[in-house]
Amino acid sequence: MSASGPRLQPTLFELSRPGRGSGKVPHPPKDALDRLPAEHRRDAPAALPEVNEPEAVRHFVNLSQMNHAVDTGFYPLGSCTMKWNPKVNEWAARQPGFAQLHPLAPDAVSQGTLQLLWELEQILIEISGMRAVTLQPAAGAHGELTGILMIREYHRSRGDTNRTDVLVPDSAHGTNPATATMAGLRTISIKAAPNGRTDLEAFRTALGPSTAAVMITNPSTMGLFESQVGELLEAVHAAGALAYMDGANLNAILGRFKPGEAGFDVMHINTHKTFSTPHGGGGPGAGPVAVGDKLEPFLPAPRVLREPDGSFRLERAGERPTSIGRMRSFVGSTGVLVRAYAYLRTHGASGLAEITDDAVLAANYLKQRLADSGAYDIPFPGVCKHEFIASATSIKKKTGVRTLDIAKRLLDHGFHAPTVYFPLTIDEAMLIEPTETESVETLDAFADALIAIAREAESDPEVVRTAPHTAPVRRLDEAGAARNPNLRWRPAVGDWTPCPD
Amino acid sequence: MAYGPHTPADRERMLAALGMDSVDELFADIPKPLRSGPLRLDPPEPEQLLMNRLAGLAARNKVDLASFLGAGAYRHFSPPLVDQILLRGEWYTAYTPYQPEVSQGTLQSIYEYESLIAELVGLDVVSASHYDGAAATAEAALMTCRATGRGRVLVSRAVHPHYREVLRTYFDGAGLGLEEIPLVADGDAAGTTDLAALERRLADAENPIAGVVLAQPNFYGLLEHMADASKLAHDAGALFVAVVEPVSLAVLAPPGAYAADIAAGEGQALGIPPQYGGPYLGILACTEPLVRQIPGRLVGMTADVDGRRAYVMTLQAREQHIRREKAASNICTNQTLLALAASLWLSALGPHGLRDVAALGAARASELEAALASVGVARAHAGAYLNEFAIRVPNAPAVHRELLGRGVLAGLVLADAVPDEPGLADALLVCATEVTTGDDIATFAREIGEVLGSPASREPVGVPA
Repeated sequence: MSASGPRLQPTLFELSRPGRGSGKVPHPPKDALDRLPAEHRRDAPAALPEVNEPEAVRHFVNLSQMNHAVDTGFYPLGSCTMKWNPKVNEWAARQPGFAQLHPLAPDAVSQGTLQLLWELEQILIEISGMRAVTLQPAAGAHGELTGILMIREYHRSRGDTNRTDVLVPDSAHGTNPATATMAGLRTISIKAAPNGRTDLEAFRTALGPSTAAVMITNPSTMGLFESQVGELLEAVHAAGALAYMDGANLNAILGRFKPGEAGFDVMHINTHKTFSTPHGGGGPGAGPVAVGDKLEPFLPAPRVLREPDGSFRLERAGERPTSIGRMRSFVGSTGVLVRAYAYLRTHGASGLAEITDDAVLAANYLKQRLADSGAYDIPFPGVCKHEFIASATSIKKKTGVRTLDIAKRLLDHGFHAPTVYFPLTIDEAMLIEPTETESVETLDAFADALIAIAREAESDPEVVRTAPHTAPVRRLDEAGAARNPNLRWRPAVGDWTPCPD
Repeated sequence: MAYGPHTPADRERMLAALGMDSVDELFADIPKPLRSGPLRLDPPEPEQLLMNRLAGLAARNKVDLASFLGAGAYRHFSPPLVDQILLRGEWYTAYTPYQPEVSQGTLQSIYEYESLIAELVGLDVVSASHYDGAAATAEAALMTCRATGRGRVLVSRAVHPHYREVLRTYFDGAGLGLEEIPLVADGDAAGTTDLAALERRLADAENPIAGVVLAQPNFYGLLEHMADASKLAHDAGALFVAVVEPVSLAVLAPPGAYAADIAAGEGQALGIPPQYGGPYLGILACTEPLVRQIPGRLVGMTADVDGRRAYVMTLQAREQHIRREKAASNICTNQTLLALAASLWLSALGPHGLRDVAALGAARASELEAALASVGVARAHAGAYLNEFAIRVPNAPAVHRELLGRGVLAGLVLADAVPDEPGLADALLVCATEVTTGDDIATFAREIGEVLGSPASREPVGVPA
């Protein structure tokens, strides 16, 4: 076993030895808990691990080294916008004035944060072309639910109670249909047209008096701008429905297309995609929702308000009875929003436009390189936006090597894999999103690796099928994990699978 | 652009490879009438000036008060190792572990988080994380409906008002029923859930109940008779949901001990700064029979093809990216980095340190109670509490405001937080933790004594903003 680099780690529980650790907080008086009735007391202490600081730190540092991350290498995970996470943003969120502010602190002592949130709302209003913004939702899917609940409330407020359907393209993120269900609505899935774009006629046919909303991702999960979105929005509104835009792919349209101006009624914004707030290994995110005139009355409470004297305050409980209510406790994931604000200020108008230009340029360049190589199928050969689909259908036919194998082999080349098998509608799909912060040298190296793997699939398919070979572990028994779920440590676990080291 | 790598020559080279002269050609697919004008925003700000701006905004917040504010978000000591590890880019710049072979760090950390929380709550299945305590509570309540096939949930009015509001939003959305169980109005049990009312409501067999939701400690800091409530729920065929505060579980009976089926709660206290509301950590746990009803990511231990121990996201057939409209929830991105923070904090303190934190908070709260009593300020309720309690204060909003001017954040004005509880119109909710100092307590007692003793506070005070 090497002295550095990735090393498999025992669990914290296996590192534990009675008597290790502590010294972090003072001891309480012996009688501190005497006033607690026995009925409420814990019988036996929780069996948490006892580790000292050096061991704890080594454990977590060694674990961290088994992760691929934006800070360690290229991460072209389509639909996730794994761009650079600026370091100054981490500094910003850790300023004690921001980090130590209690969420129920009176407005009088929270003016700095309230001003920041209000200014952030104004910036997002300008970018989205909408009327108003709520910063409350904790993630994109949470924003979707917020938006769809507002749409439902809008129809209900008009006595229009028979609108039960949400039309969603079959290429949409799974969160879209799952959101409709959570909002008590029914999903109608609409097949894409052969050119990968929404099928306007299919939507027109499906639209009717029972349609509550249409959810459109634009650019789509195919990386394509929905060129007929104007006609689609007209049809949606003519049917009395409202249009939701999934803003997951906002990175492709900053300063080029404003959804609100185009006629969308509501959209969410993933700050952890477009505005560089770190993905955190699977969160936290933030999912601000921007709305037009029709939905503004229904925004979640509380909103941040600016008073005529220039001071800021939160809406009081019950101040706006038309609100759909709260989506979460307190104001929102403010620590994430501070980072997004810093990023937006850093870039300003011209920087944001350059982000989009460079992201789209990088995606088209990479796509062209793969298309020129002839190694991969490119289902939609025209201009793409910030991401594109490649497919291994031909490679699979010829060699039996699948997209999954290619994804795993990319790990051996030091790259994270693209998003694979999504959208579900494309055979052997790879959704590749390079982002604007990767150099042309990196893009070339990645294209070279993909092309080399395609050749290897012919010359030595077994190597590709059994990849990865250089990651900390090889392919995993996922079926076994689901059949006999082991979801928590128990001492007996050590008998089933030996402790590493 | 601030972080972009491309030189003008790079851009030219890429455009040339595409046979294009201008990047504008890449946007020709946006129909002309839909194209927007340039963004009307400020110009880019250099990092140095940005830092000045942010420091200025942060300085406009006042965080050096003697603070007794809790009410669902708590200040605790966090050993420096916690944030130093969180600042490693390998943790915070990775994403959901879709490629497990190069994500074992994140995956093992989630497994360890699940295991740590399982120990604390005494339940076997712990989700990788939810948005916050309120969203986790809403998901728990929805789980009871899926698991029982019933459509109505009872929630105690002693559950955090924000959580109840979020429950209303989610339940209204899903077309499910939600009813509140009142508080006991007076006597020794005042401020706790009225279990007699709960029993009466559960007896209505015409409208069967899917789940019963109580908090421990409750919003007013009081300890509830969770075992009794749990038994009432189970006798009526309902599931029992405990909304818990994780630090308190070092010393309080865990949900598993009183047969709760689901535990939900806010994990912010486990080493996460208050940061004006988030990002926080929604804790959600359940018994093994409910494993296929729990929403959100689950990580399990497995092995690789060589038999080496490894970790992977599992039971994904519950999730939106597989099941779409039939998924248990729409949750995708969750709060993984905050779960890591909780694991780090729990590892740094260990079981004895955690117990010390909980017990020290209780000791400080006892001191606070005594100090306030010495200036004539009494508790609003008689029941047992851990480290948070309500106090009776005439003209509470005005007194709270006056104290703020004197450097004391005197907890929460209950008239604002729970305007629908008329019995608490003149009350403040105050808490103490291990970071509350003796000086803070002395200052609070001295200042509130002065304010209440002054003529102004004996007359009704208007409440201008």
